[in-house]
Amino acid sequence: MTAQQPTTQAPAQAETVELERAVVKHWKAPISYAVLTLVALLLTVVLGRDGSATLRLASSGDLFQLPDAVLPARATGIVIVILLAALTALSFWAAATARRLGVWLPIVFGVLFVVAFLTWAGAGSMIPIAGLLFATVGLSVPLILGAMGGVLSERAGVVNIAIEAQLLGGAFTGAVVASATGSTLVGVVAAMLASVLVSMVLAVFAIRYFVEQVIVGVVLNVLVAGLTNFFYSSVLTDNPALNSPVRLPKIPIPLLESIPLIGPALFKQTIIVYAMYVIVPLIAWGLFKTTWGLRLRAIGEHPMAADTVGIKVNRLRFWNVALAGAVAGLGGAYFTLDSNGSFTREMTAGLGYIALAAVIFGQWHPIKATLAALLFGFASALQQTLGAIGSPVPSEFMLMLPYVITLLAVAGFIGRSRPPAASGKPYVKQ
Amino acid sequence: MNDRPRDADDPMEPAAQQRPGGSPDSGVAPAVVHAPEAAEVAAPAVVVPTDDRRVEHEDPWGSAFRRIMGGNLVMAVLAIITSLVVGGILIAATDERVQETSGYFFARPGDTLAAAWDAVGGAYWALFQGSILNVSRADAGFAQLIKPLTDTLNFATPLIAAGLGVAIAFRVGLFNIGGRGQMLWAAAAAGWVGYSFALPPVLHVLVAIAAGIAAGAIWGGIAGAFKAYTGAHEVIVTIMLNFVALWFITWMLRTPGLLQNPGSNNPISPPMAETAVLPSIFGPPFILHWGFVLSVAAVIFCSWLINRSNIGFQFRAVGYNANAALNAGMDVKRLTVYAMLFAGGFMGLAGAQQVTGAVTTGFTSGIDAGIGFDAITVALLGGSTPWGTFFAGLLFGAFKAGGFRMQAAEGVPIDIILVVQSFIVLFIAAPPLVRAMFGLPQPGRKSRRQLRDEAAIADATKAKGAQS
Repeated sequence: MTAQQPTTQAPAQAETVELERAVVKHWKAPISYAVLTLVALLLTVVLGRDGSATLRLASSGDLFQLPDAVLPARATGIVIVILLAALTALSFWAAATARRLGVWLPIVFGVLFVVAFLTWAGAGSMIPIAGLLFATVGLSVPLILGAMGGVLSERAGVVNIAIEAQLLGGAFTGAVVASATGSTLVGVVAAMLASVLVSMVLAVFAIRYFVEQVIVGVVLNVLVAGLTNFFYSSVLTDNPALNSPVRLPKIPIPLLESIPLIGPALFKQTIIVYAMYVIVPLIAWGLFKTTWGLRLRAIGEHPMAADTVGIKVNRLRFWNVALAGAVAGLGGAYFTLDSNGSFTREMTAGLGYIALAAVIFGQWHPIKATLAALLFGFASALQQTLGAIGSPVPSEFMLMLPYVITLLAVAGFIGRSRPPAASGKPYVKQ
Repeated sequence: MNDRPRDADDPMEPAAQQRPGGSPDSGVAPAVVHAPEAAEVAAPAVVVPTDDRRVEHEDPWGSAFRRIMGGNLVMAVLAIITSLVVGGILIAATDERVQETSGYFFARPGDTLAAAWDAVGGAYWALFQGSILNVSRADAGFAQLIKPLTDTLNFATPLIAAGLGVAIAFRVGLFNIGGRGQMLWAAAAAGWVGYSFALPPVLHVLVAIAAGIAAGAIWGGIAGAFKAYTGAHEVIVTIMLNFVALWFITWMLRTPGLLQNPGSNNPISPPMAETAVLPSIFGPPFILHWGFVLSVAAVIFCSWLINRSNIGFQFRAVGYNANAALNAGMDVKRLTVYAMLFAGGFMGLAGAQQVTGAVTTGFTSGIDAGIGFDAITVALLGGSTPWGTFFAGLLFGAFKAGGFRMQAAEGVPIDIILVVQSFIVLFIAAPPLVRAMFGLPQPGRKSRRQLRDEAAIADATKAKGAQS
């Protein structure tokens, strides 16, 4: 009791007493910026390439045509390196004085770094920026939806390694049902249901039988890969009619689609992509502003506390994991009903694991996870584009990038990634 | 789900008691759900209060029966049988004749059932002939008869070694999904030694395998160091390292001057030197190579390591309760790195066996052949013990060997093997589910007979009380 007394009197003394301020200095960010600046310096000066890169900003349907940006590789590189060095110095100054600079710094830094890299890699050739962005969105959609499934599930306290299985199950079921019924929308719903089924298996084993969740996830990935391969070989190859769904139509949004640069990439897409535009903010709002979200986070952080206030922990976990499956299933439908048009063996090719990486790199936050997924999508779009124009960087290194970034993130070099406290631990009612 | 009224057949409650090792809030999750030791440790806790013991004493045979039927071996056998049944249903459902005859199922159900029996029986008969004894070629001599058995051992060879890599990590409370990356690095190292050096016959293959083990151990050790010194979860780290290894090896395989075969445009390495190939044990026509002997040696070494050595004792201590081990003065971080070094080393042996035994004509980035993931199921089925892993490896080796014949002879895609394996692991991991399916007694729950006896005793005492 005595210890509490000063605090009750604190308002009266607040004018006279100078409160002690805890000063925490974070040096990881400035050090990371410094390393990246050095990399840029290395690329543009030491390994500098002559010629200029043509960044094509315009595409055919634009409202007004942007001119091509012709950037001389070496000069642009040097200018950007100076800017990056300035930003790094600013970041060091902010760290030394324990100031916070806001989110503009990493964004500006990132964009400058990417421009420097593009002019270096594209020296002497033309890079279609609009196409690059279009590919980025296309490659990111399943990642983002898969990552949303991961965020929902893990926030509720069930580790979701089975994103790959959810995507693959959704892709297969979507293709078969859409082909059999002739209705693409029915296919989308079926894909979501199949993915919910995978999720429910995960939930039953994790919540009811207390099986180590990582094991269930890994086994589900193998199981769904085995099942889809089996049905693909034994049924679909003999009946191609079951594997030729009508693809979802691209619905251009008038006016918005002719915005230069981003219009075609964002507003000339299928219904799945537009649904994603709604789902991501909805999850972000729901998680942090609604009762449902508060309960969801509570059962993932401290289930016992949630239980004491009357939240049915395991029931809520079960249905939220099922919901996570539905979201991931939409991402699965994207493979067969939007981007590809038919099912092929193991067509998700490890993207479920990249989505998992996005969840972790995005610190289990829907918006940050989406940005992480976009970054990973951009990396693989860039790899394709650079592969087409003949890149100086081996494409394998670009493909490796998401995984290396995630490794650095989990190790604490980039940002701080702390999972929900009770994620992966079954809750046993006392 | 957990908060509905507990009815007699609800298998949730015993599962709670079965959960071994590591309290929910200890840092190390008990990855092994059904390790025999854990079950043994859990068993005494489940032997319930005094009253029951009296009843059990009166019924020794019943209690012995319950103990056997609740044991791990029976669970494993039941899980395998159930999974084969599930696989059989899938085979029957996709069989063309079954589909044709099911059109008039209600008119003549016999046709459908006969077709289903033919499909499933044929597939599993092919599985048997491809993995144990080739009865149809018995007249071609003894060698042809038992060749499938040696094929099984051949397929089991890397599965056993890789299974040990998962099992030993499990025992320390770590989940090593990094088999793919560890095997790829091991294959690259062993392959490089195998084709680029000229050494005497026996020495060359041993040096190549040692290089593979070292490379796998290093890649595993990196994951262990991430876990130990940054707190990153080993599952995430090993998954990410798998892909890093995959793309790095792919790049080396397609880059002239690194691992690519000179004069080839494909991402494939040069073939092994003849001195770096593991020879066949029995000679042609058998393909079983000396790698199998290495796998058996690895099992014996792993058994000694875990059960008899000083460091193995510390491994097990960390696996049971990392906090207690830390309090007892063990260096948990260093042990984590060591455990992953050993795990990577066993994976490395599997990777080296692949390039020096299975695929000696030059390897690609698919050299791991999914063994890194199969190893997880092998270790789980084997209860994370070395000899359990050995027999589980033999079983899955038999599935693989028979699967190829099943695909060739009966047209059943080999992917069904993956399905059956995953079901086995799912069932093994959740014993209450299997017990509920077969109506077996749940440990820690009184049998119907016990309940009846107790009710009778209670009634009798009540009646006595009423009389007096």
